[in-house]
Amino acid sequence: MDSAYRKRLIAIWIGIAAVYLAVLLLDMTLRPTSMLLTVLKKGAIYSLVAVSMNLLNGFTGLFSLGQAGFMLIGAYTYAILTMPGDVKTSESVYKYYECFITFDTGVFIGLVAAGLMAALFAFLIGWPVLRLKSDYLAIATLGFAEIIRAIFQWDVLGPVTNGANLLRSYIDLTRVTLPFTDIPFPPTLFVFMVSGICILIIVLLINSSYGRAFKAIRDDETAAEAMGINLFRSKELSFVISSFFAGISGALLAMFQYTVQAQQFKSMMTYEILLIVVIGGIGSISGSCIASFLYITLSEWWLRGLDMGTFLGISAPSLFRSGFRKLVFSVIIMVIVLFFSRGIMGDKELSIPRMRAAFARAAKRMRKEAAG
Amino acid sequence: MAGFFHDNLSYFLSGISVGGQYALIAIGYTMVYGILRLINFAHGDVFMIAGLVMVYLSASLPFTLSIPLVIIATVLLGFVIERVAYRPLRSAPRMSVMISAIGVSYLLQNAALYFTGGLAKVYPSIPGLSDTVVIWDATTKIVTLVTPFLTIALVAVLTLLIKHTKIGMAMRAVSRDFETSQLMGIRINSVISITFVIGSLLAAVASLLYFTNYASVTPVSGSMPGLKAFVAAVFGGIGSIPGAVIGGFIIGICENIIRGGASIFGIPGTGWTTFSDAFTFAFLIVILVVKPTGLFGEKAVDKV
Amino acid sequence: MKRILFIALAIAALLVPLSAGGSSEDGTTVRIGVFEPASGDNGAGGKQETLGIQYAQSLTPTVEIGGTVYDVELVLADNESSNDRAATAASMLVNEDVSVVLGSYGSGVSIAGSDIFRAAGVPAIGVTCTNPQVTEGNTHYFRICFLDPFQGTVLAAYAYNTLGARTAYCLAKLGDDYSSGLVNYFVEEFEALGGKCIMETFPDGNSDFTSYIANARNGGAEVFFSPTSTEAAQLIIDQSSSQGLTIPLLAGDTWDSNVILQAAKGKDVDITVTTFYPEGANQDFDNGFKEWVNADSTRLANNGGDDTVAAVTAMGYDAYNFALQAIRNAGSTDPADVMEAIWTTEIDGVTGHIELESVNGDAVRNTVYVKHCNTETGAWDALPAVVVGE
Repeated sequence: MDSAYRKRLIAIWIGIAAVYLAVLLLDMTLRPTSMLLTVLKKGAIYSLVAVSMNLLNGFTGLFSLGQAGFMLIGAYTYAILTMPGDVKTSESVYKYYECFITFDTGVFIGLVAAGLMAALFAFLIGWPVLRLKSDYLAIATLGFAEIIRAIFQWDVLGPVTNGANLLRSYIDLTRVTLPFTDIPFPPTLFVFMVSGICILIIVLLINSSYGRAFKAIRDDETAAEAMGINLFRSKELSFVISSFFAGISGALLAMFQYTVQAQQFKSMMTYEILLIVVIGGIGSISGSCIASFLYITLSEWWLRGLDMGTFLGISAPSLFRSGFRKLVFSVIIMVIVLFFSRGIMGDKELSIPRMRAAFARAAKRMRKEAAG
Repeated sequence: MAGFFHDNLSYFLSGISVGGQYALIAIGYTMVYGILRLINFAHGDVFMIAGLVMVYLSASLPFTLSIPLVIIATVLLGFVIERVAYRPLRSAPRMSVMISAIGVSYLLQNAALYFTGGLAKVYPSIPGLSDTVVIWDATTKIVTLVTPFLTIALVAVLTLLIKHTKIGMAMRAVSRDFETSQLMGIRINSVISITFVIGSLLAAVASLLYFTNYASVTPVSGSMPGLKAFVAAVFGGIGSIPGAVIGGFIIGICENIIRGGASIFGIPGTGWTTFSDAFTFAFLIVILVVKPTGLFGEKAVDKV
Repeated sequence: MKRILFIALAIAALLVPLSAGGSSEDGTTVRIGVFEPASGDNGAGGKQETLGIQYAQSLTPTVEIGGTVYDVELVLADNESSNDRAATAASMLVNEDVSVVLGSYGSGVSIAGSDIFRAAGVPAIGVTCTNPQVTEGNTHYFRICFLDPFQGTVLAAYAYNTLGARTAYCLAKLGDDYSSGLVNYFVEEFEALGGKCIMETFPDGNSDFTSYIANARNGGAEVFFSPTSTEAAQLIIDQSSSQGLTIPLLAGDTWDSNVILQAAKGKDVDITVTTFYPEGANQDFDNGFKEWVNADSTRLANNGGDDTVAAVTAMGYDAYNFALQAIRNAGSTDPADVMEAIWTTEIDGVTGHIELESVNGDAVRNTVYVKHCNTETGAWDALPAVVVGE
């Protein structure tokens, strides 16, 4: 059993290494603006935030809708910290305010600070909110995300946040360099590494005793409490950790899109992430990752033809006009929610033996159908 | 005091009017929540669709026809949503139903985006409602004055319906105890359908009033009023119809006072208006933490 | 079973587009990217600007470069008036191998897309984005219209001198670079002239402006300055009419749209806007465009349902011709060559002579046209244009 386990572990690591190598190769060969790299980057970013949401919704059973707010905090913290000091003091970004923060930090500190800042907010918000039950919790976290957005747009905080105006000229993905050198870091690989490490930490957490406590709370709060789990502290822990990673993914999103503005982090964004989690399967990390890539690739790339007049060679400009892609997409989502409510993975993880078994079952069924 | 009211009458008028509209939407939330324990996220979008239907219908039909048609269409939409998106999930976990509600909301918004081409549609001006009047030196639309009275009248009718009819009794029973009432022979599904029908009907009326006042409909027009109406429902105590109405009025008035804060209280500063939406949510959180049952909510046994 | 079906579908979906990637250039086509909103807040204006570009393309569908005739193909990308969607729309354009990008209506989305064009080395020509930040400090974003410091100053001077206002109420949309920028320059100038300003902002998705209108009245404002998108403008006009606000409404180029005319028709409002082009200044262009728009119901719908010539349409028309001239001057379809050539390109467009200054690549313009809304006929009345520096 032990050797089989070790074999599986080695296979997983080889698989992961192959993915990263492929990403590196793509990064070196394709041109940086290619659509494939764009969706890979955004997909990796959404994977992280979807997994962080899954930690709350799928593993701890807390229905929180505050993800966009924490991403906003992360994105702003990162952008403000890594924007070069001379840009901040000049007029080019902070047009109407004197920037209050004049120093700047590197990428790594920026990312960590982004996570910590989001975690700090989560810690404070968690106090009142986590005592609420299911849908009340959902609506309260949704409300907090809106409040956070208003605070970041507040004129009085302009010297820090640039009011409601956009932030730019910070260290974006094209400006990341290898440590201690001037060699640019392959951008897609960078996103994959940061997301990968964060997701790995979440996986380790879920498989630790904390993770078991979370799952116990999800399955039955009363029983979990009876077993000696401190409900509030565990929930708060899960909430803070989830927000930490949402903050980091917000920072990555800021790096990815060159500019960041509070306006974009609306509740619609949280809904999108929630739908990704649902499509992937509530309670499945690999499901969330697959669903993120699928969702981003479909919505940003492959289904774009639905908006532009021709799709799969069919030209129908009056049908395939602006907005049709989103309409088709939301119908697909409703179908998934209603008929495939367990999503792609259910609460299982992607693993080689399971895939093999699934294919074997499918093959058997096909043989049977062919025979009968 | 009279002078203060006189100077700031226009804020209060806007507040009362928008509050009445929130109240009508909030009833839909509170009734559905009372029975299904579901935050019907799509309710605000049903309200928006009612507005759009009116825009398209009134282009070719007279108001005497288009207004009843709008109400019928909205009621049908509410009925169909419940039938298609919520009923199949009746035995599923609460989270699934809520996700389905979010999905419906997403679908309605995107459908509106597609059919309008993403542009704001100008709402027709309904003769009588859209005309302006001057009262006590404040100029406003007639609809502003009509709204509170119409709201209260509709609520009175609804309360009578719930208190004194058989179906009303069934609704109260179902909201008190879902399973027992099923065992007692109440046809749960028809009660739920009627709840959605009433909620959508009131949303259609609210949309007539709201969009006459703020005459443009966009795909996202429904989401903010929807959320605010939900907050109003929570404030009044979820499940309580008079609570939802009072909540609606209070939220509408507060929001306008905040927007006018600089002028009403003479406190300068530009930051006030940024928080006019956020205030609603801050208010919500305070209520949830301090008094989760709201103003008139029953001290219900938590059915988690 | 469901899950397997699902995974199979996913894999199939993964494989489809690898074959259906962007069509390659066949050597005789030059692509021009149109980076404009077709939905969202600025959808109406974006569509009108796109119409100008399309009309210009219908008149000049080819360009001769080094003896070869190239077909011009327009690649449209909807940035949804939203800064986060702008990034993906922009990367889609550069991925379609465009030689130059035109747009966008709305300064915020232009700034948001800018870095993607920079990274890809594709030049972009701003058509009506007036915020200075669009071109400031970069060498790849150009612009053929005037800037907000100029427009804001003219508006403030107009409010102070011509309208005789001493207190101005300024309403900007929260987080909108266009409106907050323009309000800022307006306030600077207006206060320098000795006036007093009340500044407020409204959040995204707001539709109740009655309290803001009451604030303006209670603050004793004599002019209401709100350079917002047309979506908000409709509401502001309707509500200020029903609230009995009689002071002049003043706005910038975004309000020069038939959406405003339709909203204001028959209402008791006094609207003055500044703009790039007054309808009637070039009869040939106006008539040709009207004929072209009326020929197709989709075009007519995109133009807001009638055949009014919006200033942004004229600007879009000029932008297309300017870009074509730049490509001709470059003698190549390579974005880098085009970028180099834009600096020295000059044309005489319908909105006047266009040439760029050599620091930021902004157009040298000194004329602002002023229009007043005639609420009886639902048309614009031209007021004397303001020419600065003569």
